[in-house]
Amino acid sequence: MSVLKMAAAVALALGAVSAQAQVSDGVVKIGVLNDMSSLYADVGGPGSVVAAKMAVEDYIKATKSKLKVEILSADHQNKPDVGSQIARQWFDVDHVDAIVDIPNSGVALAVSAVAREKGKANLNTGAASSDLTGKACSPNTVHWLYDTWMLAHGTGSAIVKTGGDTWFFLTSDYAFGHALERDTSEVVKANGGKVLGAVRHPINTQDFSSFLLQAQASKAKVIGLANAGADTTNSIKQAAEFGIVKGGQSLAGLLVFLSDVHALGLQTAQGLIFTETFYWDLNDQTRAWSKRFAAANGGKYPTMDHAGVYAVILHYLKAVEAIKSDDGTKAVAEMKKLPTDDPLFGKGTIRADGRKIHPAYLFEVKKPSESKGAYDYYKLRATIPADQAFRPLKDGGCELVK
Amino acid sequence: MTEIFGIPTQALFGQLLIGLINGSFYALLSLGLAVIFGLLNIINFTHGAQYMLGAFCAYLLLNKTGVGYWWSLLLAPLIVGALGMLIERLMLKRLYKLDHLYGLLLTFGLALVIQGVFRNEYGTSGQPYAMPAELAGGRNLGFMFLPNYRAWVIATSVAVCLGTWFVIEKTKLGSYLRAATENPALVQAFGINVPRMITLTYGFGAALAAFAGVMAAPIYQVNPQMGADLIIVVFAVVVIGGMGSIMGSIVTGFSLGIIEGLTKVFYPEASNTVIFVIMAIVLAVRPAGLFGAQK
Repeated sequence: MSVLKMAAAVALALGAVSAQAQVSDGVVKIGVLNDMSSLYADVGGPGSVVAAKMAVEDYIKATKSKLKVEILSADHQNKPDVGSQIARQWFDVDHVDAIVDIPNSGVALAVSAVAREKGKANLNTGAASSDLTGKACSPNTVHWLYDTWMLAHGTGSAIVKTGGDTWFFLTSDYAFGHALERDTSEVVKANGGKVLGAVRHPINTQDFSSFLLQAQASKAKVIGLANAGADTTNSIKQAAEFGIVKGGQSLAGLLVFLSDVHALGLQTAQGLIFTETFYWDLNDQTRAWSKRFAAANGGKYPTMDHAGVYAVILHYLKAVEAIKSDDGTKAVAEMKKLPTDDPLFGKGTIRADGRKIHPAYLFEVKKPSESKGAYDYYKLRATIPADQAFRPLKDGGCELVK
Repeated sequence: MTEIFGIPTQALFGQLLIGLINGSFYALLSLGLAVIFGLLNIINFTHGAQYMLGAFCAYLLLNKTGVGYWWSLLLAPLIVGALGMLIERLMLKRLYKLDHLYGLLLTFGLALVIQGVFRNEYGTSGQPYAMPAELAGGRNLGFMFLPNYRAWVIATSVAVCLGTWFVIEKTKLGSYLRAATENPALVQAFGINVPRMITLTYGFGAALAAFAGVMAAPIYQVNPQMGADLIIVVFAVVVIGGMGSIMGSIVTGFSLGIIEGLTKVFYPEASNTVIFVIMAIVLAVRPAGLFGAQK
């Protein structure tokens, strides 16, 4: 497909020209790097840029800060090579100081390595792999929002405890899916359950019927969806078509975002149980912020990733202001030192391994009759306190923890 | 229970059937591409976008005007076909004298524009489209649960494919079309309006894509990206079948669906590459494709 390559090269070149036009020192430059056009684009995508700009405006308005902040953005196309190439160009040519969002664990791990090499701040909200603060941890990484350990423990243990003790996984075949399957399997086994099998599907698959048939044949009580975005919505939609839930098996969406539920509709999504760390309708502050966000984002309400991007940038700017430098390594060290406090996640901390600590919430999707309208989708089933929501510091195998 | 390579035969039947269903989409889409390439010599990269437009037409007809699935099955191809003819008249027509590559670039660019517009408006996670009530549910075949809708997809796809093949290869109209590709000047001399025939053919190809899009809407999310993901596979199908060969693309579409389905059982990780591996092998052994004639 040489034409595709050509088009990609042109697109990259155009991106480079527009980014280069803003080179200058004395400016804090933050790059939003995510999937702008494919299966994860509604989870982060252009909405993350909206959130980033809101964070900068709000910070400067609230603190009357003299900082000059610029936001750049780019599409990593879910390809680790494209992602790390953009990161290199941003750091080397465009003097970008921090990269945020970076969903897709494969890309996130690659960009984390580049940020470490260049001494820049890597503020991850979008990716799930718990390895980012485990064996692949870095003094330049803050992992703000959620991870596979949290998802596995929040959702997995809730389901095993209600009788779902045999599992079969539909796993997205890259770093994220593997980590999520691994972490969830551990939880299932630790709670006395059994894993009967797994099938690994390529990322961005349209038709899941073959995989669902294999899951059906396994006779497992629970089919764990270790995938995300459009892969998850397609799995759920087609599972309904093949009568899987009617046949007595249940689906566990291990990573579900508000945009996925919106895309499925409540008729199909009702009853799903999953864990998130943010929902727009949690309290007055989240509601107020989400209304502002939706107004700036074409009426679409924020996912937890959008909230994460907003909050991590607020905290990053506080740290930069405190040390009067945008040196990435120092800024991340300062972010770990300062307690976090923002309207969306409340008070929290960032641990030595880069893990941000806050509560997690077990949600259930409402029935159509319970919902008052668009985006009124979740019921809170349980709150997992901050000190239990994430993997204990000593268990991660991070070299920064002594 | 008997087993083949460790898979119970019952489960294998199920997977073969699933492969056949996916093959019906490949066949329907590659058929449209083959018609357009075979008769117009245009490599129509807009095909995926036209497939997506078909699905969105059905979605918009339902949500804005309350027109249901069955009417959409007729209306969406007509609308997208008409749009296709407009594209042919206004743009593609100017490129016939140039190299294939120009048509390819134009249609590729158009596809990016159309997809971009829809992505901007609807995002990427897709819109739900409910199954028509008449085809909801399914039956237990003993070896698998077959949703009624998927059975409908296979039956319709086979009928449309064979119908198209019949019209092009066995009727008088088809013979004019084929003659017009070989020697347009001569056919024109016989009093046949060749440019109009070409416009209608492109419209028909686009309508086929839209038809497949409406068929796909209840199974997959109606998503701006749905065509972009599929078009590359479908191109591989056309290349394997032999560019422009109608029967070739139908047979290859169905058989590659089955091969891909089996890959999903034996080595799922490779399921999105297996078609390209086959394409590479076929190109090495038979550069004109399995059913293509060497020109």
